Amino acid sequence: MDSLLYLFHGFSTAIEPANLIYAAVGVIIGTAVGVLPGIGPALTVALLLPVTFKLDPGGSIIMFAGIYYGGMYGGSTTAILLNTPGESASVVTALEGNKMARSGRGGPALATAAIGSFVAALIATIGLALLAPILVKIAVRFGPWDYFGLMLIAFVTVSATFGSSPLRGLTSLAFGLWLGLMGIDQLTGQARLTFGVPELLDGVEVTTLAVGLFAIGEALFVASRHLYKPEKPIPVKGSVWMTKEDWGRSWKPWLRGTIIGFPIGALPAGGAEIPTFLSYNIERKLSRKPEEFGTGAIEGVAGPEAANNASAAGTLVPLLTLGLPTSATAAVMLAGFQQYNIQPGPLLFVQHADLVWGLVASLFIANVMLLVLNLPLVGLWVRLLAIPLPWLYAGILVFASMGTVAANPSVVELLLLVAFGAVGFLMRKFDYPIAPAVVGLILGPLADSALRRSLQMSLGDPMILLQHPSSAVMIAVAVIALVAPFVFRGLSRFQQDED
Amino acid sequence: MTIKISRIPNRPAAVVAVILFAVATITYWDASQMTVQATYGMSASAASYFVALLFAVLALGHIVSAFRPDEDESEAEGADWKAVGWIALALAGLIAAIWFGGGFILGSTLLFAFTARAFGRKALLKDICLGAVMSVLIFLLFNKLLTLALPLGPLERLF
Repeated sequence: MDSLLYLFHGFSTAIEPANLIYAAVGVIIGTAVGVLPGIGPALTVALLLPVTFKLDPGGSIIMFAGIYYGGMYGGSTTAILLNTPGESASVVTALEGNKMARSGRGGPALATAAIGSFVAALIATIGLALLAPILVKIAVRFGPWDYFGLMLIAFVTVSATFGSSPLRGLTSLAFGLWLGLMGIDQLTGQARLTFGVPELLDGVEVTTLAVGLFAIGEALFVASRHLYKPEKPIPVKGSVWMTKEDWGRSWKPWLRGTIIGFPIGALPAGGAEIPTFLSYNIERKLSRKPEEFGTGAIEGVAGPEAANNASAAGTLVPLLTLGLPTSATAAVMLAGFQQYNIQPGPLLFVQHADLVWGLVASLFIANVMLLVLNLPLVGLWVRLLAIPLPWLYAGILVFASMGTVAANPSVVELLLLVAFGAVGFLMRKFDYPIAPAVVGLILGPLADSALRRSLQMSLGDPMILLQHPSSAVMIAVAVIALVAPFVFRGLSRFQQDED
Repeated sequence: MTIKISRIPNRPAAVVAVILFAVATITYWDASQMTVQATYGMSASAASYFVALLFAVLALGHIVSAFRPDEDESEAEGADWKAVGWIALALAGLIAAIWFGGGFILGSTLLFAFTARAFGRKALLKDICLGAVMSVLIFLLFNKLLTLALPLGPLERLF
């Protein structure tokens, strides 16, 4: 029960006025970002990284986590009222939520989404507080070979296992790994892939890549497709409160969504999309009124919304205990930690115990703030949707470039940003996933150094990776995860041929 | 030659394959220029060789999928290149402003106004004014309050 003690200590950190303000700023920005189409939590954190460079590390990280949670809440509002989900985690919410809003039940849809998110985030954050110390106890015994195995799993699952096409996912990953090679090698002091450009000696900034791929790539893509047709949000009529029947139909989906979302979020590359789809399908099967699905069933909003918030908390488990990002937002948050020279991992819980537990405690506080922000104040957020999209995207680009030049005032950095923007645009156009590139850039150098440290300890014998059972198992899992999608695709094609 | 290319069912994949091969070659060449060897284990060039190999394998994969006709569904949706051009102009304006010492406010104003134009706004003059006001506010907030070093031009030195 040490963790309870730490958690109480964390609360004393979290209720310091400065940290409360950081949490409040985080959830407000996060909700706004979730509501606005075109910007997700990953991009927002990436935009804020350079700006927060000089702020207090603990406070900034609390703010980033608030943005992450807030984005999950805010996304549901857009999905329900506009039918254009702000981010991929709320695509499923739009299915039933928008139908409910169209038939005049927008209020209860928003309410079940917000309360479900609250319940799920509450339970999942408790899960995080309980699970993290256990994982840390295992992870402190990890050698560099184990970390190498873990990173292999992360690479493969992020890019190959869950994407639409393993080939495209791996290509995106390779792009990130390639960028990760650039710069001076830490061990031998040699320059890799710098082509004589002095600005490249320090390597590629994660924020430049993330902002270029997400912000500029997205703006180019949306402009090129004319995806900015004005859409009017459906006005919320009547009360936002749920009837007794709504409560009765919602609470079980909330709990089931939490149970699905938390573990999947904690798995490498689980992300938030898969649990929302799973939850939706389960609720449709279990519902007492399955005929309502497709015309606005409240279970179809309650379950997926709980699932996506629970997965956000789940994502923090591997991020904090192992330093392993399992989603794009987590990858950018890892870059945020690194900006303050804090390396997430088991040692984080020893060296920065007050920071970690302060973060966990402020997640609880942020969750309460979000419930208040999203239920009584939902009308305010809907008004954000009245900002003309040309100004919104123009503002995003100004902020994106501002952050980049503020972090590194050089034209080379801006040229890199624009180049990454162009690449991001082409990747979107030809359906290549973005997240593997960011994960590759962050984890690539870490995997390289883990592997080299292992080989130094074994005096160059690569068998060290297989002699330790733990790393051997992880490498085996990575290989299976790499091969499985190709095999399964072959199987399904085989079945199609038979028909 | 042109006839041959048009017979490839999935042309983007073929183009990607060529790019991947090029990157693989560059990476291999760069790694071969690295001379310092590690005493034990892997040298710094090993990771480069690995990534070069990965690129080569992925290029082969793209060639295979380029000749597989059933794989292109996401195609045929056109792009509004005029809008893309306006954003390119917006970014070029920013880079030029900073390159030639025009400063952050001028660059951001151009970026804002041209991007808004790309998204279909026609009131360019109004957007320039709005962009300028916003840039000044951002500059004051971040340069003075958060002491970030934004690029200075003649306008910024007035503050």
